[in-house]
Amino acid sequence: MVVDQLIEWLGSLLSWGPGSPLIFLTAVLIAGIPIFLLMAINALVSVYAELKISAFMQDRVGPMGQGPGLHAGKWGVLQTLADALKLLSKEDIIPEFADRKLFIIAPFVIFIAPFIALAALPFNQNLLISDLNIGVFYILAVGSIGVIGIILAGWSSNNKWSLFGAMRSAAQIVSYEIPVGLSIVSVIMLTGTLSMQGIISYQEGTILGILPNWIIFNNPFSFIAFFIFFISGVAEVNRTPFDIPEAESELVAGFHTEYSGMRWSFFFLSEYANMLIVSGVAAVGFLGGWHSPISGFLESPGWGLFWFFFKIGALIFVMMWFRWTFPRLRVDQLMNICWKVLIPIALLNIFGVGIWTLLKG
Amino acid sequence: MNPENILNILRERFPRSVVEMEEMPDNYIPLLPDNWFEIATLLQENPDLQFDSLQCVTGIDLAEDLLEVRYNLHSMVHLHKIEIRISVPKDKPKIPSVEKIWRVGDWFERETYDMYGIVFDGHRDHRRILLPDDWEGWPLRKDYETQETYHGIVVPKVKEEWE
Amino acid sequence: MGIVHGEEMVLNIGPQHPSTHGVLRLKVHTDGEVVSKIIPYIGYLHRCFEKHCENLSYEQIIPFTDRCDYIGSMNNNFGYVVAVEEMMDIQVSEKVEHIRVIMAELNRIASHLLALGTFGMDVGAFTPFLYMFRDRERILDLFEITCGARLLYNYMWVGGLSHDLPVGFVEKVYKFLDYFEPQLKEYNDLLMYNKIFIERTADVGVLPPEVAVNYGVTGPNLRASGIKWDLRKNESYSIYDSFSFEVPVGKGQMGTIGDCWDRYWVRAEEMKESIGIVRQALKTLPVEGDVHEAMPKKIRPPKGSIYKRTESPRGDLGFYIISDGSPSPTRVKLRSPAFTALGALSAIAEGWMISDVIAILGSLDIVLGEIDR
Repeated sequence: MVVDQLIEWLGSLLSWGPGSPLIFLTAVLIAGIPIFLLMAINALVSVYAELKISAFMQDRVGPMGQGPGLHAGKWGVLQTLADALKLLSKEDIIPEFADRKLFIIAPFVIFIAPFIALAALPFNQNLLISDLNIGVFYILAVGSIGVIGIILAGWSSNNKWSLFGAMRSAAQIVSYEIPVGLSIVSVIMLTGTLSMQGIISYQEGTILGILPNWIIFNNPFSFIAFFIFFISGVAEVNRTPFDIPEAESELVAGFHTEYSGMRWSFFFLSEYANMLIVSGVAAVGFLGGWHSPISGFLESPGWGLFWFFFKIGALIFVMMWFRWTFPRLRVDQLMNICWKVLIPIALLNIFGVGIWTLLKG
Repeated sequence: MNPENILNILRERFPRSVVEMEEMPDNYIPLLPDNWFEIATLLQENPDLQFDSLQCVTGIDLAEDLLEVRYNLHSMVHLHKIEIRISVPKDKPKIPSVEKIWRVGDWFERETYDMYGIVFDGHRDHRRILLPDDWEGWPLRKDYETQETYHGIVVPKVKEEWE
Repeated sequence: MGIVHGEEMVLNIGPQHPSTHGVLRLKVHTDGEVVSKIIPYIGYLHRCFEKHCENLSYEQIIPFTDRCDYIGSMNNNFGYVVAVEEMMDIQVSEKVEHIRVIMAELNRIASHLLALGTFGMDVGAFTPFLYMFRDRERILDLFEITCGARLLYNYMWVGGLSHDLPVGFVEKVYKFLDYFEPQLKEYNDLLMYNKIFIERTADVGVLPPEVAVNYGVTGPNLRASGIKWDLRKNESYSIYDSFSFEVPVGKGQMGTIGDCWDRYWVRAEEMKESIGIVRQALKTLPVEGDVHEAMPKKIRPPKGSIYKRTESPRGDLGFYIISDGSPSPTRVKLRSPAFTALGALSAIAEGWMISDVIAILGSLDIVLGEIDR
């Protein structure tokens, strides 16, 4: 939507006509800025949240901003900013025998995937970069670009440990794409449209007058589909219990062992952005997007924004909760769960949702 | 079974390997190194002895140019224990290895070799364990002098008294 | 269908690595993820303990024994002191015996907490590590008020102790035990009975009992393989035979007998038993008495040798001491339980995947200070 509006506005401003490719380019570039800002702010807030949540779960206090020198704000709120400044000022080390070009490209490729996926995520009734009519499909497709970046990073580091991490990660992400896709199919079967706003508008109203008409409450099969989607989403993002590619105690740091400074922070940034996207798609597909839980009440655009970020925040909190509770799965157990457990259940789900829709009429 | 009976069994089967003294000690059995591997097999496999656990292998630098290795054996089945002592001359310290019989002996014998220079015949992985492979000398011998430098790093001397 | 073999890859785990429990280098030959050969390289922490002992007097060796197994220092002291006292035929008072048992068992709890916490961290569970360390801090506080040190105590001397118990110690220990006992249930819920943890550790790294005895594995590792052997009961020393406690033996509850889960479970159960022993010891602790009364003026054991082994948290810790009548021993050899456990690593871990090797290494509970001395 935003891009369309920008194209119209720019077209009226400069008299080149709305069909001009230059106007399209400018509009897209301008629209990219809020996405980048969103990713940066998301990283800032998520990292601080992770520090504090992990601390409270582990019976500590986390960063409190105390100590000599420049303080990191009351209760450590400026901690992430301090970390970012520290990373910017670090020495940029590229190992001597690393493949230079690929080593430099890898963080960018990883960064691009969530960046362009955010273009289709609807934050609000009106706030949306572009309401693609293949919205969900686009996000899932574009999200897999990250795998290329990971493999590039692992290979170009010229380090056996990074290679291990990269190979494991490639296997994991590519495998878990399938349950993600299959569980979204159950959503699409109900809504009949791939567009994100379309899926959200299907979830208007209530079931039996009390529960909001979200797809998760629609029928038992889509209820299960939500959990399959969420678990596979956690595996896509490489979070514990699926964080084998960056398993700290086994592979030092996996595929990003050799990266330092700002290059490493790109990996970090994109991990949190991926979490945002997975939670976003889960919220849109299953939890009603920007609709409020009490249908008809608090439905204004401002509240819509609030509800959307509230749902995303809750899901990201759950992801962080997982990380600090569960041990790590071994690689073959991970693949086992994907191929022998999640995919059969997801297929059964599709079947079940189909039958349910047929019987309901 | 008390040590005397064990000694008698060994005397019966390997009469020339037991070092005869006027008063045989009551807590250990001194042996010659020659048939040690066969004796060890007997100690492990004989149903009355069944020493299935080698607890400790200690190397010692006795005076008079002798090195000694002391094996402490224990049986989990019969709950008896015995100590075997084998002395070798310092200029030709060779003892048959028993690591094939008690697998724990693998690392114990490597450590004794590392510290004393006693060569264990038949050990399949005969190299130093605690010190780097290119270290010179056998540290726990009484006449050990540290080397001056190791790869260019000056090696500090062992302190005799409180210096 | 044949198996496709790729090229063999040689990896180095350590000496600097987030998971090794000390400075240890493991050279691992892998075919893909499966390990075909493991060769441990030790000696990075060798501090010539045995050579030093030949120049020191018997009392001066005690702080050195602390630093060998720095996690279970009280037990190291205990083992050494019991050996020397047996050589010299010294009988210590009841009070000293009780305090020694209390300190040794508290140290056993602290050591097991560390072992289990780091094991969990190796497998990826970060939170139990912090919870266990929080509780371990309370034990270290107890030690600190007694002898002033948190980790390396130099507490048990030949014939007695270095310091008597401070005022209020017994109440503090009771308070700690009452707080700690329900925590064990929390740890079990969080980690031991967690499905993912069970998947990672059950049936992994099985150590059959005969292999364990042949490789000289002792302590909780041996008990997890099904052999009921505890030196506190079988070759009892000090006053352990006057306390009643169970010896937990691995039963293969979640998988096979002798797998990593059993090694975890045995340590968790041992903590419970240690709490029981401390409670019994506190009840019968004599109030009167001087801890320095049986200490000899000069420590000159008669000529001879002794091999004495005691139960440290890692297994049976043996001291072979040879004396020639002078104030300084001719030879002191420390037979460390972690040395033999690490020697058995290649027998246990070959054929498993790299993640399993890390889990097995964590379950063996090794301390490099003791291995290298």
